Amino acid sequence: MSAADTTTAKVPPTRPSTVPGAGGGTGGAGRSAVRRRAAGGAALPWTLLAPCLLVLLLVLGYPLARLVTLAFQKFGQPQLWGFQEPESVGFANFTKILGDGEFWAVVVRTIVFAGGAVILTMVLGMLTALLLQRVSGWVKTLVNIALVASWGMPVIVATAIFKWLFDTDYGVLNWLLSRLPGVDMIGHNWFASGPQGLAVIMLLVVWGAVPFVVITLSAGLTQVPKELEEAARLDGAGSWGVFRYVTLPVLKPIIVMLTTLSVIWDMGVFPQVFVMRGGRPEAEFQLLTTYSYDKAFVVNDYGGGSAIALVTVVLLLGVVAVYMRQMLKIGEVE
Amino acid sequence: MSAVTKSAAPSRRGRPGRGRLGWNLLGLLVFVAAGFPVYWMLNTAFKPAKDAIDPDPHFFPGTFTLENFSRAFDVADFWGPVGRSLVVSLAVVLIGIVVGMLAALAISRFAFRGRKIVIVGILAVQMVPLVAMIIPVFLLLNDLGQYDRLTGLIITYLTFILPFTVWTLRGFIVNIPRELEEAAMVDGCTRTGAFVRVVFPLLAPGMVATSVYGFIQAWNEYLYALMLMSQQNQTATVWLGNFTTKHGTEYAPMMAGATMMAVPIVILFLLVQRKMAAGLTAGAVKG
Repeated sequence: MSAADTTTAKVPPTRPSTVPGAGGGTGGAGRSAVRRRAAGGAALPWTLLAPCLLVLLLVLGYPLARLVTLAFQKFGQPQLWGFQEPESVGFANFTKILGDGEFWAVVVRTIVFAGGAVILTMVLGMLTALLLQRVSGWVKTLVNIALVASWGMPVIVATAIFKWLFDTDYGVLNWLLSRLPGVDMIGHNWFASGPQGLAVIMLLVVWGAVPFVVITLSAGLTQVPKELEEAARLDGAGSWGVFRYVTLPVLKPIIVMLTTLSVIWDMGVFPQVFVMRGGRPEAEFQLLTTYSYDKAFVVNDYGGGSAIALVTVVLLLGVVAVYMRQMLKIGEVE
Repeated sequence: MSAVTKSAAPSRRGRPGRGRLGWNLLGLLVFVAAGFPVYWMLNTAFKPAKDAIDPDPHFFPGTFTLENFSRAFDVADFWGPVGRSLVVSLAVVLIGIVVGMLAALAISRFAFRGRKIVIVGILAVQMVPLVAMIIPVFLLLNDLGQYDRLTGLIITYLTFILPFTVWTLRGFIVNIPRELEEAAMVDGCTRTGAFVRVVFPLLAPGMVATSVYGFIQAWNEYLYALMLMSQQNQTATVWLGNFTTKHGTEYAPMMAGATMMAVPIVILFLLVQRKMAAGLTAGAVKG
């Protein structure tokens, strides 16, 4: 509440700021003195950062470097137990993977799955956030409770619940659908085919992801200046016009952030598929994550698994680049 | 239909009119769709197991029973996994919040060379998918003799808790006007004094929210817990898998177990989510 208030209050004065080099702040004698003092001691910020950087270097830097070297090594069971030194095999892991038709099927399936989930999440999230602005207070409270409950659900609990809802013999969904005239879904197995099973998993992912989007967008919507909406409406803009030319531009940074995060999360879907398929996803359920896991821990080819993981990271880099630019802009404003 | 269109115009001006009715009905639909899976978990958890596997589903538990809960305790040790999850989550949050706050302070309150690189670095780290790291992390812990140890799991969880903590706390700190600190310093406070007396109290709610949120993330983690801990040392999320055996899934006790795992988390969540959304949004919209 207070956070939103201060932000709304602060947006207009920041805009017209033309103080050179002040980086968007409101200048002032006392402030620049403090600035100078802060900039003078460069040792302090680095001391503050040191523990964080150290931890990240240990728990992320090292494994990341190891991932890259592993992808170029033959590393299996004998190497794991130390009976044999891992030997470098150049691009062999990659040529093997990239030459495998199954790998490409997995890549396409992953992109379609993640893309579908992201689009569905963002569209449903935006519609719900807009809807929440128009409903009565008590409806808003009800919806918020349901959203927070599903947001807070541990992924693994949510997966268990969906497995139960979609159960072939006793799942309530088959029963409900069969109430519809002309539909008989009793005994229908949703996981008999890959596409249908993945659609169920996508639904589970979207159900878990929409609340975060709705709640963040709702917080963002409170920052859209009412006067701007009013002015657009006076100029004859309809609901769509106001949304397109006023709401959307203001929300753009949040939307970019949410979309990027969704892409990263949805490309990384693992427990949902893994648990739904009882720890052994069939070929037509494999996504890049489970495929990499399978290669490494089931076939004991850690080199191959790492190569797949690395390809996944590279695929994500494209999306991340967009996000980075956005974040850098924020960094510059400060 | 026509009634809705007619009254849509006045309601748009914020007057609570009949136009609300259509939106409210739509809202209720969203409520049912989003809430039904949660309801179905609770409904199954409290009804007799034989009612759960009835081809004609019972939409309300006719007879309330707690037998599923006692069955859930029996399936495997319940408190062991929960205790381990608690230890891991609390340790991760404690380390994360202390280390993260120092870093957040550095990047939000100081101008120094290399600051931008640090920001990009911390953000980039958030982008690395956990699954991609599982193989090297597994090998690393194996080498360090930390495989199947809680300490190993705690160290590993810092990979995703720390960047998140830094970034969110930064969002809260930038929301505290610098002018307040400066005023305190003009009045004779040192930089540290100004922080402790002015910023820290204002940041406290944000820190609580971030801690709770980080706790939940650690509590909910599944992949690393599955891969890095053996059956004897499993955490709460992995424990839930015990209801599925080769002979099928015991859904009613499983839903009871799921309820025990989820309800405290959801309540924590309800308490902090508004604050979290505000912090995240502030961080995204303004520097």
